[in-house]
Amino acid sequence: MRKKSFLRFLCFALVFSKVSIATALERTTPYSYQWKGADLLLCIALLLAVVLLIVVLLVGEKIENVTKPLRKEVAKQEDKLRFHLKRLNSSQITRVLQHKRKQQGHTGVIISLLSGLSFSLLPSPLLAQQSAVTRDNLLQQGGVIITLVLLAIPVVMAVLILFAKIGKRLHTLDRQVRGEEAQEVADLLEKVDLQEIEQELEGRKAALDYQVETNSLSGTATAKDYRGLLRIDSNTGVQIVSVKKKAVPRPNIDPALSKMVIGYLVSATFWLLFGTTVGEYVGIKFVAPDIDSASWLSFGRLRPVHTNAVFWGWASMAMIGLAYYVVPRVSNVRLYSLKWGWYSMHLINTSVLLGTVSLMAGVNNGGGEYREYIWPIMLLFAIALVLTLINFYKTIARRTTREIYISNWYIVSAIIFTIVIALVAYLPFWQQGLGETIVQGYYMHQGVGMWFMLFTLGLVYYFLPQQLNKPIYSYSLGVLAFWTQILFYTLIGTHHFVFSAIPWWLQTVAIVGSAGMAIPVIAGTTNFLMTFKGAWFKVKDSYTLPFFLVGTIFYFTGSMQGTAEAFRSTNLIWHFTDFTVAHSHLTMYGIICFFLWAGIYAIVPRFTGQEAPQISIGAHFWLALIGMMFYTVPLMYGSTLKGIMWLEGQPFIQGVISMAPHWLWRAIGGSLMWLSHLFFAYNMYKMIVVPTPMDVEEEIVKKLEDKEISA
Amino acid sequence: MSFFDNHKNLFLTATLFFVILTIFVAVVPALHNQVINAPLPSAEPLSEDALQGKALYISHGCVACHTQQVRNVDMDKVWGHRPSMAADYAHIGRTDIWRNTATLMGTERTGPDLTDVGNRQPSLDWNLVHLFNPRIVVKESIMPAYPFLFAYKEQVGDADVVVRLPEEYAPKDGRQVVATKEALQLVAYLQSLKQAPLPESIAALDFLYKREKKAEGTKGDDGAQELDGQALYVANCQACHQADGMGLPGAFPPLKGSPVVEGDDLELYIDIIMNGYDAHPEYGAMAAVGVNAGFTEHEVAAIINFERSSWGNNGKKVTAEEIKQIVDFVKLQAK
Repeated sequence: MRKKSFLRFLCFALVFSKVSIATALERTTPYSYQWKGADLLLCIALLLAVVLLIVVLLVGEKIENVTKPLRKEVAKQEDKLRFHLKRLNSSQITRVLQHKRKQQGHTGVIISLLSGLSFSLLPSPLLAQQSAVTRDNLLQQGGVIITLVLLAIPVVMAVLILFAKIGKRLHTLDRQVRGEEAQEVADLLEKVDLQEIEQELEGRKAALDYQVETNSLSGTATAKDYRGLLRIDSNTGVQIVSVKKKAVPRPNIDPALSKMVIGYLVSATFWLLFGTTVGEYVGIKFVAPDIDSASWLSFGRLRPVHTNAVFWGWASMAMIGLAYYVVPRVSNVRLYSLKWGWYSMHLINTSVLLGTVSLMAGVNNGGGEYREYIWPIMLLFAIALVLTLINFYKTIARRTTREIYISNWYIVSAIIFTIVIALVAYLPFWQQGLGETIVQGYYMHQGVGMWFMLFTLGLVYYFLPQQLNKPIYSYSLGVLAFWTQILFYTLIGTHHFVFSAIPWWLQTVAIVGSAGMAIPVIAGTTNFLMTFKGAWFKVKDSYTLPFFLVGTIFYFTGSMQGTAEAFRSTNLIWHFTDFTVAHSHLTMYGIICFFLWAGIYAIVPRFTGQEAPQISIGAHFWLALIGMMFYTVPLMYGSTLKGIMWLEGQPFIQGVISMAPHWLWRAIGGSLMWLSHLFFAYNMYKMIVVPTPMDVEEEIVKKLEDKEISA
Repeated sequence: MSFFDNHKNLFLTATLFFVILTIFVAVVPALHNQVINAPLPSAEPLSEDALQGKALYISHGCVACHTQQVRNVDMDKVWGHRPSMAADYAHIGRTDIWRNTATLMGTERTGPDLTDVGNRQPSLDWNLVHLFNPRIVVKESIMPAYPFLFAYKEQVGDADVVVRLPEEYAPKDGRQVVATKEALQLVAYLQSLKQAPLPESIAALDFLYKREKKAEGTKGDDGAQELDGQALYVANCQACHQADGMGLPGAFPPLKGSPVVEGDDLELYIDIIMNGYDAHPEYGAMAAVGVNAGFTEHEVAAIINFERSSWGNNGKKVTAEEIKQIVDFVKLQAK
């Protein structure tokens, strides 16, 4: 029977593999990018094959289990009796002994055959359908594919039912075999003399019933928690939101510094809300282009408003704010100047505000991405950077630690490099003609990689070990990532202008640099993940660590995607499409924003002693993550199709039409992301503004003290 | 390493490393390129209106969706007859002391590339209607409308350029929509965007990654394979005459049931396709679509056959051989 059924499985496997091969052979014509019906069928066939394989494995295991007792040699009756007597549990022993003492018994067996397996369930149309599949033209018809899928569903269901039936039969067989054996032993037991087994069974029962006293280790004294290790949660009902660890208030944070960092973070939150509201609106314009007709709200003007507000307003502000906490802390000194910190904050706010107004009024720098603010406005930002740099540098110069912690390598270098980048890009007396484009490629990518990425990595090197309460896995990997990031990232700017009029060698350098980025990215990711190692259990107890984890994952995937996009072959499909937009959101949002949120949730409760409700932190996390996936995946999918259409030489408008559903999904994902920012703003409000309800215990102590004073 | 325990050493080393790399991959190449490249002799400087139009193009952020670069890959052939080169951008300098050079090469192609749009879509009427609301002429377009570049007038003066709007988009109160100075300047800039021809001594760059020539087969003797007339129509004619061949009332004439399309005057028909047409005051002027696009007799035949057999039209089919003479003759007239 086993052989027979295995033969059946083999038949299925063969049929499916034949179909797969047949469909694969049909594609031997010169490769083109067109999606063919055959591909879909191949996928379905593969899926079916996998399902079948799993079912076969499961059934095989079942058969193995069931037939084990059948295959066992019939042991001597005496041995059998001993075998089973040894396996009796305490209550069974009691019952056997009782029974033996009373001396009673009876019998009965039925055997049935397995021949009735209903193979008739197997539908013959399956084979008929698959044989018709050889005709190429048929396969590419949507209707045929749908029909095949529809047909495959009941076939798969039937196969599954078939195996379920086989399993059921085997189970019955199993019961019968075991029943027979039980009967046999019972009969033997019936005949055995009581004295012969009584002593042995009584002894065994005493052994089985032996129990250690519950307090045999702890003694009878009451437990005392001298170190405050126990956390007793009196709320024992069903939990809708899992309870996470509370942030521990830390001493020695200068309230004036706290106030300034919070000032930065509140500004950042404002620009996040503003910038993504504009982004959301701009995303909607892809679906509803006639939503307004005001010049200052038109797409071309609002797009840079969105990107610059979230770059310079939200992310930069949040990064610098967090760094004002991190830099003095890892240097183990006070900040050099709080006043300069406040000046920087006001300068950045002014810069973004003026920039936003000027862009909406139609005044911009000439169209280079992220370089849309004209230089007088960007100058304010640059002055803020210089002030921050001096502030940090002087703080580090006065450090009380011997070495400079790796965070400060990243943070201070990021600020220095960004000042260099801004100078190169904004000095108003050069960059004629193509020079502008070469500098633009350099500027836009250094802005992303040397400012946001380098700076944020520095923050993570402080916050991640701090939140995991263990040191960073490897200082050396951090140093390796630092130098290789400078070496490779500086080169990659012009990969945004592959195939353009920029010198070919410069494009090649950029592509090579992009490939080289694998080194710092893998070094950094490894470092973070290995820091997590051994502390994974903390992730479920913490509401900051999930943000770090998502950031780390996208640091790897997002950055490596950037490398993949830089190749000449992928440029053919993805360049100029929304793939770039999806990529920049995967990275700027998935990496930078998630890391920043993690840092903010880690630090603000320590400043204020107040935490946000866990449910709204959870809502923020999940809406942001799910929203980002809804945003990026359809854009990547749609723009791949669009790129292929361009390659095939289809009319341009066809590409626009094909993007319509993907743009809709993008708007939906963007809405979720935007919603998550509302939760984030609410959390900021809860952490900073709203006082927590009265702490009764604290109040009791206070009242007692009051009495003491008045007495 | 104790060397890096000194903050001066650490940050100076990092800065030097970064600055040196910056000089090699950005500063030197940029300086070199702005020095070695000169504008092509055939490149025409922008007129005063076109310059103003370019300022509007920058101000409205058109570069967010429109590139101005033909890459040296085959798929970009539709945007220009040769790949863009450094010389094409050499004449562009800083806008002013406040604003940077605007090469407007762009990094997103949500809308079509505009390097050569002055050749591809030179019609003033079409451009104005399209700017007023792109969905009038291209139903699926997601380009923003620019109604704020137009004015509503009850009395139209001689100097006013009236936008030829179909009834459903025209103001209901009987006023006319006229183009403002800005709209005309913007169109002037778009019309000025033409790839300058190369001097004969210089060979154009090759388009790389050539596509399999399956759709362009008729050039062989067998003539069995036909060009896709519909694709050519969509790419070159549909913007005005529309997918249903009905044109736009008041702006672009219908081809459905058109006596030119269905009639026997092949010479007139081909002349219109190649050199444009402006015989009817109720419609906008047609540009020299065929000459601008460099149509061969095969392409013209494919378009004629598509137009004669679509939307219920029932005209006589033509072959490339029988119209070759007319096409060549008509091309001569253009010069």
